[in-house]
Amino acid sequence: MDLGLSEEQEMLRTSARDFLQKECPKQLVKQLDESDEGYSPELWRKMAELGWMGLVLPEEYGGSGGSFLDLVVLLEEMGYNILPGPFFSTVVLGGLSILAAGNEEQKKRLLPEVANGSLLLTLALTESDAQFNASSVKTDAIPSNEGWLVSGTKLFVTDAHVAQYIICPAQTSEGISLFLVDADSPGISRTLLKTLAGDKQCEVVLDKVKVPRQNLLGEGGQGWDYIENVFSKMVIAKCGEMIGGAQRVFEMAADYAKERKQFGRPIGSFQAIQHYCANMAIDVEGARLITYQAAWLLSEGLPCTMETSVAKAWVGEAYHRITMLAAQIHGSIGLTVDHDFPLYYKRAKIAELFFGSPDFHREIVAHMAGL
Amino acid sequence: MDFKFTQEQERFRKEVRDFLEGEIEKGIFETRANGWVTEENEAFVHHLAERGWLGMTWPQEYGGQGRSYLDRLILTEEMMHYGAPGGGFLVGDRQIGPSIMAHGTEEQRDFFLPRIVRGETSFAIGISEPQAGSDVGALETRAVEEGDSFVISGQKVWTSNASRSDFIYLIARTNFAPEVSRYRSISEFIVDLKTPGITINPLMDMAGHGHWCEVFFDDVQVPGTTLIGKKDMGFYQIMSQLDYERAGVERLMGNYPLLRGIIDYTKETKRDGVPLCKQPRIRYMLSDLMIKFEVGKLLVYRVAWLLNQKEKPTLTRDTCIAKVYGNRFEQELDNAAMNIAGLHGQLDSGSKCAILDGAITRAYLFSPAHSIQGGTSEILMNIIADRGLGLPRK
Ligand SMILES: Cc1cc2nc3c(=O)[nH]c(=O)nc-3n(C[C@H](O)[C@H](O)[C@H](O)COP(=O)(O)OP(=O)(O)OC[C@H]3O[C@@H](n4cnc5c(N)ncnc54)[C@H](O)[C@@H]3O)c2cc1C
Repeated sequence: MDLGLSEEQEMLRTSARDFLQKECPKQLVKQLDESDEGYSPELWRKMAELGWMGLVLPEEYGGSGGSFLDLVVLLEEMGYNILPGPFFSTVVLGGLSILAAGNEEQKKRLLPEVANGSLLLTLALTESDAQFNASSVKTDAIPSNEGWLVSGTKLFVTDAHVAQYIICPAQTSEGISLFLVDADSPGISRTLLKTLAGDKQCEVVLDKVKVPRQNLLGEGGQGWDYIENVFSKMVIAKCGEMIGGAQRVFEMAADYAKERKQFGRPIGSFQAIQHYCANMAIDVEGARLITYQAAWLLSEGLPCTMETSVAKAWVGEAYHRITMLAAQIHGSIGLTVDHDFPLYYKRAKIAELFFGSPDFHREIVAHMAGL
Repeated sequence: MDFKFTQEQERFRKEVRDFLEGEIEKGIFETRANGWVTEENEAFVHHLAERGWLGMTWPQEYGGQGRSYLDRLILTEEMMHYGAPGGGFLVGDRQIGPSIMAHGTEEQRDFFLPRIVRGETSFAIGISEPQAGSDVGALETRAVEEGDSFVISGQKVWTSNASRSDFIYLIARTNFAPEVSRYRSISEFIVDLKTPGITINPLMDMAGHGHWCEVFFDDVQVPGTTLIGKKDMGFYQIMSQLDYERAGVERLMGNYPLLRGIIDYTKETKRDGVPLCKQPRIRYMLSDLMIKFEVGKLLVYRVAWLLNQKEKPTLTRDTCIAKVYGNRFEQELDNAAMNIAGLHGQLDSGSKCAILDGAITRAYLFSPAHSIQGGTSEILMNIIADRGLGLPRK
């Protein structure tokens, strides 16, 4: 047993932390949250130069062949610092889906462009009911002479407004298939939603959008199987971001408890505050281990449906608890727009709900336990 | 024992409801969760005043109606039901008036109380400072007596509604002798916010409300008549005012429209053909909230009932219990609403596909404030343990 990260992973963490701290200060985060684009092309280019987009992609597709656990370490740092933009959409939702579903031609065509940062992708997983289930896919694809005509409405599609391709699950006569839809095709309209966290999510309406034959990803009818194969990775990748954020929130609160004085002493000397900090520490530690366990299983290609759902259910609620305690420790100062805390507070709730709420995952745990 | 309201009180409740529904219909205000903190609305205030509902518990000689605290409870309860606006006018009715009655001079009563009752005067509360949040006794704002006036210098922060209020109810240090306890050297003042030397700088909270302000006092000269009560005894005076600030039903029901909203939403929204409210998990969450709400209501009712006694008992323990409990409930409601609504809950007002006009998002953004404003839950729990239960301090 070895519950520690490797030396290379520790190096990746340190360099990512330094890079993001320098290149993505909170000023920029706030600016991007308020902007329509939601990302900085210049920063994106620098990330590509560091090889981040290709980190988890095999070498034959222009990547560096890192493990999924490596990616989780990187995402953790993105959550720690907060990095707005389409990294998650492009690499996790897009890249990993193509890797799982695409045929050789498609992987050769698309993945090197993901790796070098020239292609932005996303996946339109949810529709109007916002559920992560096959039965919620109502969008359909009808065969036509050149390929397919896709129609339907997708909701909460992250970064669809900047993506060049949107991967759309759609119903066909064979079942659900995955289509690589050019986001600029006629018949597509993308509307930015106004979200709690200022992250970029869209409604994507497809009205008989033409998709050429070569853009059916993998085998027809296999779409939801592909999704299920990568879903655990999406979930744990999100958990990676969350444990990074939780760690940062915990540090902010503990640091503040040491600095802030009331009644002539640091508030961290009051037992009420000490217990809050201790509770945060317990939650952070548990959240990290449960995430790493699933990330490791996924990296090793071992089954981990149960562990994934245990992680998402736990991490989501733990992060929520941590943000509430941190807010309480900060008092009013933490609730001003100028403070960093709100950036984490808002993202924590969205992350808790994305890719299955704690209740969604509890249901899976119950199912896996044979209940 | 009798847990019922009288028929007369029930008639009054109906009257209040009809009035509030009429106001909404006429477009005077829109239902808003937490509107009593973040929204202020002069037309609405004047309509309340016309009915004699501001200062309604005060004696008639000050323009009040001499009505019971239970009537006032009913009025505020219904205002919370309908998410009515509040702001600096509510503050006057809730705590400034009672403070002036308890500690003010006859002139001060004659000046302020009828104005509050007529809805003409609004107040901000100037207690907190950058270095004096929970530790009110650490305040640094000074009021130096010069002849028959005071010269005030220093800074207040988190002062709700200061930029749109007429007066600030202020506490400042008035005794600088080193041997005097820091609690016996603070006085209360009511200062006109238009006095030269006062600068007000609104602060934005994360929910996007600009009700918070920084208030700077730069050698502000005020007449001695602005002093309320006994010089140097302000700390003790303000502690009894805080009982009024903390005790109300608004601490339980500030975001009540969200409870109604989310319940309606689960009835109207179907998943796989079945309304959400039929899902066991959602039923459990909602019924759990309802149970907690019923308990909270009685904790608040108890405070109103105590206020109504001829011999007013010490309220501190009960007001702290009601507020800590109520704030917890409000936060659980915000979180549960988010969890029930799922990703739709994160859509703000004005967004495509938003539900309940973005109320869940806005309530969630305000949520941490509940247990910080008006005294943090930790401080109130310390008070329950210490003054309420007599637990040893050391
Ligand atoms: C929405 C809102 C409106 C407000 N409106 C006003 C207003 O109109 N006028 C006004 O004067 N103020 C107002 N406030 C300010 C509020 O009263 C203060 O924020 C509050 O008293 C706490 O002070 P602080 O923020 O400095 O936190 P601190 O006092 O610094 O507290 C930080 C943390 O330490 C804890 N702590 C401190 N001392 C102890 C102790 N002895 N034991 C255990 N824990 C302790 C606190 O509970 C808290 O968790 C408002 C606040 C909010 C959120």
